[in-house]
Amino acid sequence: MTAKLIARDLRRAFTGAAWLPIVFFLLVAALVPFAIGPDARLLSRVGPGALWIAALTAALLPVERLVEPDRAGGVLDQLFLNGMAEESVAFAKIVAHWLSFAPLLLVAAVPASALLALDGRALATTEIALLIGTPGLASLALAIAAVTAGLPRAGSLAGLLLLPLAVPLLIFGAADAYLLEGAVSLLLTAGAPFVTGAAIRATRT
Amino acid sequence: MTSLLRFEEVALRRGGRLLFEELEFTLGAGEALQVTGPNGSGKSSLIRLAAGLLRPQHGRVERSPLALADDNLALDADLPLGRALSFWGGDVPRAMEALGIAHLAEVPVRLLSSGQAKRAALARVVASGAPLWLLDEPLNALDGDGAERVGQIIADHLRNGGAILAASHQPLPSEPPRLELGA
Repeated sequence: MTAKLIARDLRRAFTGAAWLPIVFFLLVAALVPFAIGPDARLLSRVGPGALWIAALTAALLPVERLVEPDRAGGVLDQLFLNGMAEESVAFAKIVAHWLSFAPLLLVAAVPASALLALDGRALATTEIALLIGTPGLASLALAIAAVTAGLPRAGSLAGLLLLPLAVPLLIFGAADAYLLEGAVSLLLTAGAPFVTGAAIRATRT
Repeated sequence: MTSLLRFEEVALRRGGRLLFEELEFTLGAGEALQVTGPNGSGKSSLIRLAAGLLRPQHGRVERSPLALADDNLALDADLPLGRALSFWGGDVPRAMEALGIAHLAEVPVRLLSSGQAKRAALARVVASGAPLWLLDEPLNALDGDGAERVGQIIADHLRNGGAILAASHQPLPSEPPRLELGA
Protein backbone atom coordinates (compact mmCIF):
# COMPACT_ATOMS: atom_id res chain seq x y z
CA MET A 1 0.00 0.00 0.00
CA THR A 2 2.91 2.37 0.74
CA ALA A 3 4.31 2.01 -2.79
CA LYS A 4 0.83 2.45 -4.25
CA LEU A 5 0.32 5.63 -2.24
CA ILE A 6 3.71 7.04 -3.31
CA ALA A 7 2.89 6.34 -6.97
CA ARG A 8 -0.56 7.89 -6.60
CA ASP A 9 0.75 11.04 -4.87
CA LEU A 10 3.47 11.42 -7.50
CA ARG A 11 0.93 11.12 -10.30
CA ARG A 12 -1.22 13.76 -8.60
CA ALA A 13 1.76 16.09 -8.18
CA PHE A 14 2.79 15.82 -11.84
CA THR A 15 -0.69 16.03 -13.33
CA GLY A 16 -1.23 19.01 -11.04
CA ALA A 17 1.32 21.76 -10.93
CA ALA A 18 4.66 20.21 -9.97
CA TRP A 19 6.40 22.68 -12.30
CA LEU A 20 4.92 25.68 -10.49
CA PRO A 21 7.36 25.69 -7.52
CA ILE A 22 10.23 25.23 -9.98
CA VAL A 23 9.16 28.21 -12.09
CA PHE A 24 8.78 30.15 -8.85
CA PHE A 25 12.30 29.09 -7.82
CA LEU A 26 13.74 30.32 -11.15
CA LEU A 27 11.74 33.53 -10.91
CA VAL A 28 13.11 34.35 -7.45
CA ALA A 29 16.64 33.60 -8.67
CA ALA A 30 16.05 35.89 -11.66
CA LEU A 31 14.85 38.71 -9.41
CA VAL A 32 18.04 38.81 -7.33
CA PRO A 33 20.23 40.45 -10.06
CA PHE A 34 17.54 43.07 -10.56
CA ALA A 35 17.42 43.76 -6.83
CA ILE A 36 21.16 44.01 -6.11
CA GLY A 37 22.51 45.02 -9.51
CA PRO A 38 24.60 43.27 -12.18
CA ASP A 39 27.94 43.26 -10.29
CA ALA A 40 29.13 39.66 -10.94
CA ARG A 41 31.41 39.53 -7.89
CA LEU A 42 28.69 40.63 -5.55
CA LEU A 43 26.20 38.28 -7.21
CA SER A 44 28.44 35.25 -6.90
CA ARG A 45 28.92 36.05 -3.21
CA VAL A 46 25.22 36.25 -2.38
CA GLY A 47 24.26 33.62 -5.01
CA PRO A 48 24.25 30.44 -2.89
CA GLY A 49 22.23 32.15 -0.16
CA ALA A 50 19.77 33.52 -2.70
CA LEU A 51 19.34 30.01 -4.15
CA TRP A 52 18.51 28.72 -0.68
CA ILE A 53 15.92 31.39 -0.07
CA ALA A 54 14.41 30.60 -3.48
CA ALA A 55 14.34 26.89 -2.63
CA LEU A 56 12.67 27.56 0.74
CA THR A 57 9.90 29.67 -0.73
CA ALA A 58 9.41 27.18 -3.57
CA ALA A 59 9.01 24.34 -1.07
CA LEU A 60 6.31 26.34 0.67
CA LEU A 61 4.08 26.68 -2.42
CA PRO A 62 2.51 23.18 -2.54
CA VAL A 63 1.97 22.88 1.24
CA GLU A 64 -1.79 23.43 1.05
CA ARG A 65 -2.40 20.51 -1.29
CA LEU A 66 -0.18 17.96 0.45
CA VAL A 67 -2.61 16.82 3.16
CA GLU A 68 -5.80 18.87 3.18
CA PRO A 69 -7.45 17.49 -0.01
CA ASP A 70 -6.96 13.92 1.25
CA ARG A 71 -8.33 14.81 4.68
CA ALA A 72 -11.41 16.55 3.28
CA GLY A 73 -11.99 13.84 0.66
CA GLY A 74 -11.89 10.97 3.15
CA VAL A 75 -8.77 9.39 1.64
CA LEU A 76 -6.91 9.53 4.97
CA ASP A 77 -9.88 7.80 6.68
CA GLN A 78 -9.98 5.06 4.05
CA LEU A 79 -6.21 4.49 4.29
CA PHE A 80 -6.64 4.02 8.05
CA LEU A 81 -9.50 1.56 7.45
CA ASN A 82 -7.23 -0.32 5.03
CA GLY A 83 -4.92 -0.89 7.98
CA MET A 84 -2.28 1.67 7.08
CA ALA A 85 -0.78 3.47 10.08
CA GLU A 86 -0.83 7.27 9.89
CA GLU A 87 2.95 7.24 10.22
CA SER A 88 3.25 5.06 7.10
CA VAL A 89 0.90 7.39 5.24
CA ALA A 90 3.11 10.30 6.32
CA PHE A 91 6.28 8.50 5.22
CA ALA A 92 4.81 7.72 1.79
CA LYS A 93 3.70 11.32 1.37
CA ILE A 94 7.14 12.67 2.35
CA VAL A 95 8.84 10.41 -0.20
CA ALA A 96 6.36 11.41 -2.92
CA HIS A 97 6.69 15.11 -2.09
CA TRP A 98 10.48 14.93 -2.15
CA LEU A 99 10.45 13.11 -5.49
CA SER A 100 8.04 15.64 -6.94
CA PHE A 101 10.14 18.74 -6.24
CA ALA A 102 13.76 17.97 -5.27
CA PRO A 103 15.06 16.40 -8.54
CA LEU A 104 13.46 19.21 -10.56
CA LEU A 105 14.89 21.77 -8.15
CA LEU A 106 18.41 20.34 -8.54
CA VAL A 107 18.06 20.64 -12.33
CA ALA A 108 16.63 24.15 -12.09
CA ALA A 109 19.57 25.20 -9.90
CA VAL A 110 21.82 24.98 -12.99
CA PRO A 111 20.16 27.81 -14.98
CA ALA A 112 19.58 29.66 -11.71
CA SER A 113 23.32 29.55 -10.96
CA ALA A 114 24.00 31.15 -14.34
CA LEU A 115 21.63 34.00 -13.45
CA LEU A 116 23.58 34.52 -10.23
CA ALA A 117 27.06 34.32 -11.81
CA LEU A 118 28.04 31.25 -9.78
CA ASP A 119 31.08 29.33 -11.01
CA GLY A 120 31.15 25.54 -11.36
CA ARG A 121 32.56 24.93 -7.92
CA ALA A 122 29.98 27.12 -6.16
CA LEU A 123 27.24 25.41 -8.15
CA ALA A 124 28.51 21.95 -7.16
CA THR A 125 28.66 22.77 -3.44
CA THR A 126 25.17 24.32 -3.58
CA GLU A 127 23.81 21.27 -5.40
CA ILE A 128 25.25 18.95 -2.75
CA ALA A 129 23.85 21.15 0.02
CA LEU A 130 20.41 21.15 -1.65
CA LEU A 131 20.54 17.37 -2.06
CA ILE A 132 21.26 16.97 1.65
CA GLY A 133 18.77 19.60 2.78
CA THR A 134 15.72 18.89 0.62
CA PRO A 135 14.62 15.68 2.41
CA GLY A 136 14.45 17.70 5.63
CA LEU A 137 12.61 20.46 3.83
CA ALA A 138 10.10 18.01 2.32
CA SER A 139 9.52 16.41 5.75
CA LEU A 140 9.04 19.77 7.40
CA ALA A 141 6.58 20.85 4.69
CA LEU A 142 4.53 17.69 5.15
CA ALA A 143 4.44 17.92 8.95
CA ILE A 144 3.28 21.53 8.73
CA ALA A 145 0.75 20.68 6.03
CA ALA A 146 -0.75 18.09 8.40
CA VAL A 147 -0.70 20.40 11.44
CA THR A 148 -2.50 23.16 9.53
CA ALA A 149 -4.88 20.90 7.54
CA GLY A 150 -8.46 22.05 7.81
CA LEU A 151 -7.65 25.38 9.43
CA PRO A 152 -8.80 28.65 7.86
CA ARG A 153 -5.99 30.53 6.05
CA ALA A 154 -3.81 27.41 6.37
CA GLY A 155 -1.47 28.64 3.63
CA SER A 156 -0.30 31.77 5.41
CA LEU A 157 -0.15 29.96 8.73
CA ALA A 158 2.02 27.25 7.14
CA GLY A 159 4.44 29.92 5.94
CA LEU A 160 4.69 31.42 9.41
CA LEU A 161 5.43 27.98 10.87
CA LEU A 162 7.70 26.57 8.18
CA LEU A 163 10.13 29.42 7.55
CA PRO A 164 11.41 29.79 11.16
CA LEU A 165 11.72 26.02 11.55
CA ALA A 166 13.75 25.84 8.34
CA VAL A 167 16.34 28.34 9.64
CA PRO A 168 18.84 25.68 10.84
CA LEU A 169 18.74 24.02 7.42
CA LEU A 170 19.26 27.41 5.81
CA ILE A 171 22.22 28.34 8.04
CA PHE A 172 24.13 25.09 7.60
CA GLY A 173 23.08 24.62 3.97
CA ALA A 174 24.15 28.08 2.82
CA ALA A 175 27.42 27.72 4.79
CA ASP A 176 28.17 24.35 3.12
CA ALA A 177 28.42 22.75 6.58
CA TYR A 178 27.34 19.39 5.20
CA LEU A 179 27.63 17.38 8.42
CA LEU A 180 25.56 19.76 10.52
CA GLU A 181 23.08 20.26 7.68
CA GLY A 182 22.83 16.48 7.29
CA ALA A 183 22.17 16.11 11.01
CA VAL A 184 19.34 18.66 10.91
CA SER A 185 17.90 17.13 7.75
CA LEU A 186 18.05 13.64 9.26
CA LEU A 187 16.40 14.81 12.47
CA LEU A 188 13.56 16.45 10.52
CA THR A 189 13.11 13.43 8.25
CA ALA A 190 13.06 11.01 11.16
CA GLY A 191 10.70 13.08 13.28
CA ALA A 192 8.24 14.28 10.65
CA PRO A 193 6.33 10.99 10.13
CA PHE A 194 5.43 10.90 13.83
CA VAL A 195 4.43 14.57 14.01
CA THR A 196 2.41 14.16 10.81
CA GLY A 197 0.78 10.94 12.02
CA ALA A 198 -0.27 12.53 15.31
CA ALA A 199 -1.59 15.60 13.46
CA ILE A 200 -3.65 13.44 11.09
CA ARG A 201 -5.20 11.60 14.04
CA ALA A 202 -5.95 14.90 15.78
CA THR A 203 -7.77 16.32 12.74
CA ARG A 204 -10.31 13.46 12.70
CA THR A 205 -13.73 14.60 13.79
CA MET B 1 -21.40 -17.35 16.73
CA THR B 2 -18.54 -14.87 16.32
CA SER B 3 -19.41 -11.20 16.48
CA LEU B 4 -18.22 -8.87 13.74
CA LEU B 5 -19.00 -5.70 15.68
CA ARG B 6 -19.59 -5.34 19.38
CA PHE B 7 -20.35 -2.17 21.40
CA GLU B 8 -19.89 -2.48 25.18
CA GLU B 9 -21.29 0.30 27.40
CA VAL B 10 -20.25 2.90 24.87
CA ALA B 11 -20.68 6.61 25.57
CA LEU B 12 -19.86 9.37 23.12
CA ARG B 13 -19.66 13.08 23.78
CA ARG B 14 -19.28 15.57 20.93
CA GLY B 15 -18.86 19.30 21.43
CA GLY B 16 -19.69 19.03 25.13
CA ARG B 17 -22.99 17.25 24.44
CA LEU B 18 -23.63 13.65 25.41
CA LEU B 19 -24.92 11.90 22.28
CA PHE B 20 -25.48 8.50 23.85
CA GLU B 21 -24.28 6.35 26.71
CA GLU B 22 -24.53 2.75 27.87
CA LEU B 23 -24.94 1.76 24.23
CA GLU B 24 -24.66 -2.01 23.79
CA PHE B 25 -25.21 -4.22 20.80
CA THR B 26 -23.57 -7.03 18.88
CA LEU B 27 -23.64 -7.75 15.17
CA GLY B 28 -22.93 -11.30 14.11
CA ALA B 29 -22.60 -12.93 10.69
CA GLY B 30 -25.66 -12.29 8.54
CA GLU B 31 -27.01 -9.55 10.82
CA ALA B 32 -27.85 -5.97 9.99
CA LEU B 33 -28.78 -3.02 12.17
CA GLN B 34 -30.26 0.27 11.04
CA VAL B 35 -29.48 3.36 13.12
CA THR B 36 -32.26 5.91 12.99
CA GLY B 37 -32.88 9.20 14.71
CA PRO B 38 -33.41 12.89 13.98
CA ASN B 39 -30.70 15.12 12.48
CA GLY B 40 -27.90 15.70 14.96
CA SER B 41 -28.71 12.66 17.05
CA GLY B 42 -25.30 11.13 16.35
CA LYS B 43 -25.96 8.60 13.59
CA SER B 44 -22.85 9.52 11.61
CA SER B 45 -20.79 9.76 14.79
CA LEU B 46 -21.91 6.25 15.71
CA ILE B 47 -20.75 5.03 12.30
CA ARG B 48 -17.35 6.74 12.69
CA LEU B 49 -17.09 5.31 16.20
CA ALA B 50 -17.75 1.82 14.80
CA ALA B 51 -15.07 2.43 12.17
CA GLY B 52 -12.50 3.42 14.80
CA LEU B 53 -12.21 6.96 13.39
CA LEU B 54 -13.56 8.32 16.68
CA ARG B 55 -12.81 7.09 20.16
CA PRO B 56 -15.56 6.54 22.72
CA GLN B 57 -15.43 8.52 25.99
CA HIS B 58 -16.38 5.36 27.79
CA GLY B 59 -16.75 1.69 26.93
CA ARG B 60 -15.25 -0.54 24.28
CA VAL B 61 -15.79 -1.21 20.59
CA GLU B 62 -14.55 -4.44 18.99
CA ARG B 63 -14.61 -4.75 15.22
CA SER B 64 -13.53 -7.05 12.45
CA PRO B 65 -12.06 -5.74 9.16
CA LEU B 66 -14.54 -3.29 7.71
CA ALA B 67 -15.40 -1.02 4.82
CA LEU B 68 -17.01 2.40 5.16
CA ALA B 69 -19.15 4.42 2.76
CA ASP B 70 -19.94 7.91 4.03
CA ASP B 71 -20.20 11.38 2.51
CA ASN B 72 -16.53 11.40 1.57
CA LEU B 73 -16.00 9.67 -1.73
CA ALA B 74 -12.22 9.13 -1.25
CA LEU B 75 -11.71 8.77 -5.00
CA ASP B 76 -9.30 10.92 -7.03
CA ALA B 77 -11.48 13.43 -8.87
CA ASP B 78 -9.31 13.66 -11.99
CA LEU B 79 -9.11 9.90 -12.63
CA PRO B 80 -11.58 7.77 -14.59
CA LEU B 81 -13.90 6.00 -12.15
CA GLY B 82 -12.54 2.51 -12.90
CA ARG B 83 -8.95 3.49 -12.17
CA ALA B 84 -9.91 5.54 -9.11
CA LEU B 85 -11.76 2.56 -7.63
CA SER B 86 -8.95 0.12 -8.40
CA PHE B 87 -6.61 2.14 -6.13
CA TRP B 88 -8.52 0.62 -3.20
CA GLY B 89 -8.23 -2.89 -4.66
CA GLY B 90 -10.65 -5.81 -4.72
CA ASP B 91 -12.92 -7.04 -7.48
CA VAL B 92 -13.77 -3.65 -9.00
CA PRO B 93 -15.49 -4.75 -12.27
CA ARG B 94 -17.91 -7.02 -10.41
CA ALA B 95 -18.67 -4.32 -7.82
CA MET B 96 -19.32 -1.72 -10.54
CA GLU B 97 -21.60 -4.19 -12.28
CA ALA B 98 -23.53 -4.77 -9.04
CA LEU B 99 -24.15 -1.04 -8.61
CA GLY B 100 -24.99 -0.49 -12.27
CA ILE B 101 -22.07 1.86 -12.99
CA ALA B 102 -19.95 -0.42 -15.21
CA HIS B 103 -20.61 1.89 -18.17
CA LEU B 104 -19.05 4.82 -16.23
CA ALA B 105 -15.61 3.21 -15.90
CA GLU B 106 -13.99 5.74 -18.25
CA VAL B 107 -15.78 8.82 -16.87
CA PRO B 108 -13.69 11.10 -14.62
CA VAL B 109 -14.88 11.02 -11.02
CA ARG B 110 -15.41 14.80 -10.91
CA LEU B 111 -18.13 14.53 -13.60
CA LEU B 112 -20.28 12.03 -11.69
CA SER B 113 -23.69 13.12 -10.43
CA SER B 114 -24.33 12.81 -6.70
CA GLY B 115 -26.33 9.60 -7.23
CA GLN B 116 -23.55 8.12 -9.36
CA ALA B 117 -21.00 9.17 -6.73
CA LYS B 118 -23.05 7.40 -4.06
CA ARG B 119 -23.07 4.24 -6.17
CA ALA B 120 -19.29 4.58 -6.63
CA ALA B 121 -18.75 4.83 -2.86
CA LEU B 122 -20.90 1.71 -2.37
CA ALA B 123 -18.97 -0.07 -5.15
CA ARG B 124 -15.75 0.64 -3.22
CA VAL B 125 -17.31 -1.08 -0.19
CA VAL B 126 -18.53 -4.07 -2.23
CA ALA B 127 -15.11 -4.49 -3.89
CA SER B 128 -13.29 -4.39 -0.53
CA GLY B 129 -14.56 -7.84 0.45
CA ALA B 130 -14.59 -6.77 4.12
CA PRO B 131 -16.99 -8.76 6.33
CA LEU B 132 -18.37 -5.67 8.08
CA TRP B 133 -19.96 -2.82 6.14
CA LEU B 134 -20.63 0.59 7.66
CA LEU B 135 -23.00 2.59 5.50
CA ASP B 136 -23.87 6.21 6.25
CA GLU B 137 -27.12 7.15 4.48
CA PRO B 138 -26.71 4.56 1.70
CA LEU B 139 -29.96 5.58 -0.01
CA ASN B 140 -29.30 9.33 -0.23
CA ALA B 141 -29.41 10.70 -3.79
CA LEU B 142 -30.26 7.29 -5.26
CA ASP B 143 -33.06 6.73 -7.75
CA GLY B 144 -35.43 3.73 -7.75
CA ASP B 145 -32.98 1.52 -9.63
CA GLY B 146 -30.16 2.53 -7.27
CA ALA B 147 -32.20 1.75 -4.16
CA GLU B 148 -33.12 -1.64 -5.62
CA ARG B 149 -29.45 -2.45 -6.28
CA VAL B 150 -28.52 -1.39 -2.72
CA GLY B 151 -31.20 -3.79 -1.45
CA GLN B 152 -29.65 -6.52 -3.60
CA ILE B 153 -26.03 -5.99 -2.45
CA ILE B 154 -27.18 -5.81 1.18
CA ALA B 155 -29.11 -9.08 0.85
CA ASP B 156 -26.14 -10.77 -0.91
CA HIS B 157 -23.68 -9.56 1.71
CA LEU B 158 -25.84 -10.81 4.62
CA ARG B 159 -26.40 -14.16 2.90
CA ASN B 160 -22.61 -14.53 2.52
CA GLY B 161 -22.11 -14.12 6.27
CA GLY B 162 -21.38 -10.40 6.37
CA ALA B 163 -22.76 -7.81 8.77
CA ILE B 164 -24.03 -4.30 8.13
CA LEU B 165 -24.44 -1.24 10.30
CA ALA B 166 -26.34 1.41 8.36
CA ALA B 167 -27.40 4.90 9.40
CA SER B 168 -30.45 6.03 7.48
CA HIS B 169 -33.64 7.93 8.08
CA GLN B 170 -35.25 6.18 5.12
CA PRO B 171 -36.49 2.60 5.52
CA LEU B 172 -33.91 0.13 4.18
CA PRO B 173 -35.08 -2.50 1.67
CA SER B 174 -34.44 -5.52 3.91
CA GLU B 175 -36.07 -3.83 6.96
CA PRO B 176 -33.40 -4.77 9.50
CA PRO B 177 -33.88 -4.23 13.28
CA ARG B 178 -33.62 -0.58 14.30
CA LEU B 179 -31.57 1.27 16.86
CA GLU B 180 -33.23 4.60 17.66
CA LEU B 181 -31.00 7.43 18.84
CA GLY B 182 -32.58 10.33 20.73
CA ALA B 183 -31.93 13.93 19.66
